[in-house]
Amino acid sequence: MPDKPREAEGAREPEELPVDERVRELICEQLSVAPDEVTPEATFVGDLSADSLDMVELMMALEEQFGIDISEDQAERIQTVGDAVAFIEQRIN
Amino acid sequence: MTPRRVVVTGVGLVSPLGIGTAETWRGLVAGRSGAGPITRFDASDFSSRIACEVKGFDPLDYADRRDARKMDTFIQYALAASLFAAEDAGLETPLADPDRVGVVISSGIGGFETIEREHRKLLEKGPRRISPFFVPAMVVNLAAGWVSIRLGARGPNSAMATACSAGAHAVGEAFRLIRHGHADVMVAGGAEATITPMCIGGFASMKALSTRNDEPERASRPFDRDRDGFVVGEGAGILVLEEREAALARGATLYAEVLGYGMSGDAFHITAPSEDGSGAVRVMQAALAEAGAAPEDVDAVNAHGTSTPLNDRIETAAIRRVFGGHADRLAVSSTKSMTGHLLGGAGGLEAGIACLTLRHQTLPPTINYETPDPDCDLDNVPNTARPATVRSVLSNSFGFGGTNVSLLFRHPGEG
Repeated sequence: MPDKPREAEGAREPEELPVDERVRELICEQLSVAPDEVTPEATFVGDLSADSLDMVELMMALEEQFGIDISEDQAERIQTVGDAVAFIEQRIN
Repeated sequence: MTPRRVVVTGVGLVSPLGIGTAETWRGLVAGRSGAGPITRFDASDFSSRIACEVKGFDPLDYADRRDARKMDTFIQYALAASLFAAEDAGLETPLADPDRVGVVISSGIGGFETIEREHRKLLEKGPRRISPFFVPAMVVNLAAGWVSIRLGARGPNSAMATACSAGAHAVGEAFRLIRHGHADVMVAGGAEATITPMCIGGFASMKALSTRNDEPERASRPFDRDRDGFVVGEGAGILVLEEREAALARGATLYAEVLGYGMSGDAFHITAPSEDGSGAVRVMQAALAEAGAAPEDVDAVNAHGTSTPLNDRIETAAIRRVFGGHADRLAVSSTKSMTGHLLGGAGGLEAGIACLTLRHQTLPPTINYETPDPDCDLDNVPNTARPATVRSVLSNSFGFGGTNVSLLFRHPGEG
C-alpha cells in the first residue's frame, strides 16, 4: 500500500485506512471536535478553536501515529486540516 | 474598616460516600463506610491495598471532553464540587460583580496521577512525548484556575499546598479576604485524588496507612484502641462564603457564620505532632480567640481524627487542655471513619460537614468505634448519628510539617 508508514511504531489505527481518514480521526480525538467540522479547509486555530498547547499536542500525536518527526518550522506551516494531510502523505510516501 | 461578618451559603461535596452534598450527608448520617479494596491500580504488592475511592464519577457531567482531558482528577473533583456549591448558594452566572468574587482551592499534593503517567512517558518514549498539558493538568492552583474560568470569577485567586491542612487553610483565607473587604464572595475548599501507586506507596512506607486489608470498611477507626493508621480518601469539599449583609439582602439561605480561623505551627518534626500537642492546643485557642468565643460556646468538634495511633491520642489531650471541664460535654466526631482521609481535600470536606451538622442539628458519628482507648476518652459519637442542639462546631486540620488550622462555625441563628 502506498500510504503504509515505513516506521509503524506507535500506530494504533488500522493501517488499511487512507491517510486522510486517519489524520481526521486523530484530529477529532485530540481536539474533541465532530467529524463534519474536520474539512480540508478547516483551520486549527480559527475553525477548530485549538490553542498553542493543543497544536503542540496534536503534532506529537501525528508524530507518534505515523512514526515521523515534525520540526517546529514544519509545524508552524500546518494551519489547516488539508495542510496536515498533505504533509503526512508527503512524508510517508 | 470594621471586620465584616462572613457566612456560608453553599456547600458542594464529592466524596467516597457519594457525588453530591445530599448523597454524602446521607452516607454520614447512616454511618456508612466509603472504604474498599483499591481498584484504580493493581495494589497487590502494596502493604496497604485499601482506600476510600469516589465511585461512578464521570467528568463529562461537569466539563466537555476537550476541557476534561486537560485536568487531573483532583481538578475534576474540585470543579464538580464548586458547581454543586455555586448551585446550592444560588450563585448565578454570569456573575453580577465578577471582580468581587474569588476562588481559593487547595490540594495537598496536586495531580499525582498525571505526574506518574507523564513520568512513565518520559522513561518509555523520551522527553519529547511529555504532554504540553502535563503542567497545567497537575499544578495545585489549577483547580482554582479552572473554577475561576468556569464561573468568570475575577477576584482573588489562590491555593495553599499545606498537606492535610490545605483545604482548611483555603476556607480560612477566603474568610479573611471577605472579612477584610478584599472580596465579597469566595468559592473555597480543597480537593485531592491521590489513589495512585506512588502516593499509596509513599504513605505506606511511612507506616501511616492502615493495613487492615481484609476488612476495608473497618480500617478507618479513629479513637478506637485498635486503630492502625489512616485510609486514603479522595474527592473535594467546596464552600461558598459571602459577606453576611449582602447574602441576607439577596435572600440566601445561611448554613453558618464563620467566626474564627486559627493557624499555628508545631516547629517540632516533619511528620509527628509534639507529645504535648502544643500546635493543636494553640490553633484551637486561636480560633476561639478570633471568634471571641468561650470553650462553653462550642458544642461539637469535627476532629482531625485520622485513625493513626499518635494523632488521635494527642488530639484528645489537646482538646482536654483547651476545653477543660467542658471537654466532657463536647461531641467529638471523626468523619474520616467514613470518608477516609482526603488529605488536602479533608479540610474543605469537613468544613462542609460542620455546616451540614449545624443545618441538620445532627452529629455525624465516628464509626468502627468498638474498643475504648483510655487515652481517647471523649464523647466520639460512637457508630450512630445523633440529633443534638449544636450552636457551633470547631473543625480541626493538622498537616505534615506541623501546619495546623482550626475553623469555628456558628449556627446562623445564634447571634
